[in-house]
Amino acid sequence: MMPRTGDEEQGGPTGERAQFSALLEDSAEDLYEHAPCGYLSTLLDGRIAKINTTLLDWLGYRRDDLVGSWHFSDLLTVGGRLYHETHFMPLLRMQGEISGIALELKAADGSRLPVLVTSTVKTGGDGQPLLIRTTLFDARDRRAYETELLRARQEADRERERLQTLATTLQRTLLPPTLVNVPGLDVSVHYHIASVDEVGGDFYDLFPLTEGTWGMFLGDVCGKGAAAAAVTSLARYTLRAAAVYDPDPAAVLANLNTVLHHEYNGTEPRFCTVVFGLLTPDGDQGGFRVTLASGGHPPALLMRADGTADYLPTPGGQLIGVLPDAHIATTSLRLDPGDTLLLHTDGLTEAHTAITGDKDRYGDDALLGFARVLAPTTATHTVTAIRDLLNTFGTGVDDDTAVLAINVPRPPSEEQQ
Amino acid sequence: MDVLVRNHVRVSGRSGGPVVVLAHGFGCDQNMWRLVVPMLEREFTVVLFDHVGAGKSDLSAWSRGQYSTLEKYADDVLAVCRELVLGPVTFVGHSVSAMMGVLASVQEPEAFAGLVLLAPSPCFIDDPLTGYRGGFSAADVEELLESLDANYLGWSGAMAPLIMGNPERPELGKELTNSFCRTDPDIARVFARVTFLSDNRADLAAVTVPTLVAQCSSDAIAPPEVGTFVHTQIPGSRLVTLNAIGHCPQLAAPEETAAAITAFARDAG
Repeated sequence: MMPRTGDEEQGGPTGERAQFSALLEDSAEDLYEHAPCGYLSTLLDGRIAKINTTLLDWLGYRRDDLVGSWHFSDLLTVGGRLYHETHFMPLLRMQGEISGIALELKAADGSRLPVLVTSTVKTGGDGQPLLIRTTLFDARDRRAYETELLRARQEADRERERLQTLATTLQRTLLPPTLVNVPGLDVSVHYHIASVDEVGGDFYDLFPLTEGTWGMFLGDVCGKGAAAAAVTSLARYTLRAAAVYDPDPAAVLANLNTVLHHEYNGTEPRFCTVVFGLLTPDGDQGGFRVTLASGGHPPALLMRADGTADYLPTPGGQLIGVLPDAHIATTSLRLDPGDTLLLHTDGLTEAHTAITGDKDRYGDDALLGFARVLAPTTATHTVTAIRDLLNTFGTGVDDDTAVLAINVPRPPSEEQQ
Repeated sequence: MDVLVRNHVRVSGRSGGPVVVLAHGFGCDQNMWRLVVPMLEREFTVVLFDHVGAGKSDLSAWSRGQYSTLEKYADDVLAVCRELVLGPVTFVGHSVSAMMGVLASVQEPEAFAGLVLLAPSPCFIDDPLTGYRGGFSAADVEELLESLDANYLGWSGAMAPLIMGNPERPELGKELTNSFCRTDPDIARVFARVTFLSDNRADLAAVTVPTLVAQCSSDAIAPPEVGTFVHTQIPGSRLVTLNAIGHCPQLAAPEETAAAITAFARDAG
């Protein structure tokens, strides 16, 4: 290969350079006038001092129409002018430059031209601002694309809203609208929805069985969303029917176990934890007899009238729906006047506490401590206190949480003491 | 909620001097005042703050429901004044904040030594029934909202911590230009509606504190006749026209603006 330097000395490239020079004759002026973008210089008050041919052609104005009399904002739509005054100019004055602002120009024929505007303030030797230089790019294609993006985002927002409405409605159908009134019992419930986008898997109910007997349950289906909602629905109705068939709490849960195990024993195993209870008035002192059966569910909390509080262990109770014959643990107790029984799902104890940060969950011990401070209490007070507690966790509650509290009120005479 | 944190309140200037509270309008934050503050600090205690939703205010304090009226912003102004316990203040409200000052002073006149209404407009929309000309139609305001949308496409929630100040990662702040005047697009939309669709013409006559109306000589947003309207409606008010083009005299003519505020606040305070 010949060395290039030698070639240049012989004049070949010099000829090319001459050709370039001819092409680029008057380059600065010509580039300014016919650049593929609009150029505009304005005084500090916005009056147009200089404008290039490209921009005049876009707008359909003659140079004499604009220079000296029109302001840059006169070229904008009214909305754009508001934006220019409230955003563009303050920023330009503060920063000395502003770039990529989307505005619309009004052409002489009334048509609109979307542009992207960049401005810088030219300063003199003493740093004092002299004039504003502005470059404008034709943004028709980009704006069309952005409008499409915006439309798509708005549509996505609407869809999300629709989904949330659907999830909330479905959630409501899975919970009893109101709980039955059990004479001689104070009952309170709360359902905390962790995500507005998905149906949660917690459920509860309280309903009359035979004369003087009530059934109640509270449970948690594994998972979230539509599939979990289907299991929740099945579990709820199976529990109601099973309780009529044989109200013994262990038998009720055994029947639910059989149904779930049959239904979901294939490719998509579904299971839940449940606590089921039978309530019967006991004696004429206003007490209630409670028999609880638990399938893998967090233990109930008993807050006594004397101010003590403890978990009611139901050890060995297995998850419902996993094994063909799940072991179900039962316990029974007497609820005397002033006693409160609390059922909860693990959304409460597994919530991340705001103070301790992400690593720490609230935990069973903290809940027990909370109950000991609360006791003696009532169902209404308990649920209010737990709602307040959940509020302090804020977004730390990442799973749905259901709580159901029952309490035998003290006789009015005792309450006054 | 600590009001001073919520509104990012900053106090500077001569302690013990008459108090001047500067309230920014729609589109930016307390940085709008940076050219006039040094001139006022010599003589006055200067209080700066950001409206909730703007600048370095506590964004979590903002909600669409609460901040959909100017009354709520006026309540915030009163809360800031109460919290500082500086006695009656001269309140300088730019643009939409002028009407916040009007509402706050009607509610609690004793909190104010005087009002400076800088480029005020009690109503931006024309009212053909009374012949009032605010300069805009409702359709124009919709067009502004489109402009806001068009310019917020580059905005994303991920940037919010930067915009609202990120003490753990100060280097991020540098990457972002316009940082002090960028707001959450949802908040900006609601504030734009509150700003441009409010009508406070009827409140002007109820103002009892000394008032200075300071308008710009050429203002596309609050034209001179609107300033004159405000002046005629507020009993005993004074009117000055600042030799300033545009809607932001504190940027376009900072010396003249500071001088007008100084002369008025000296008398009022």
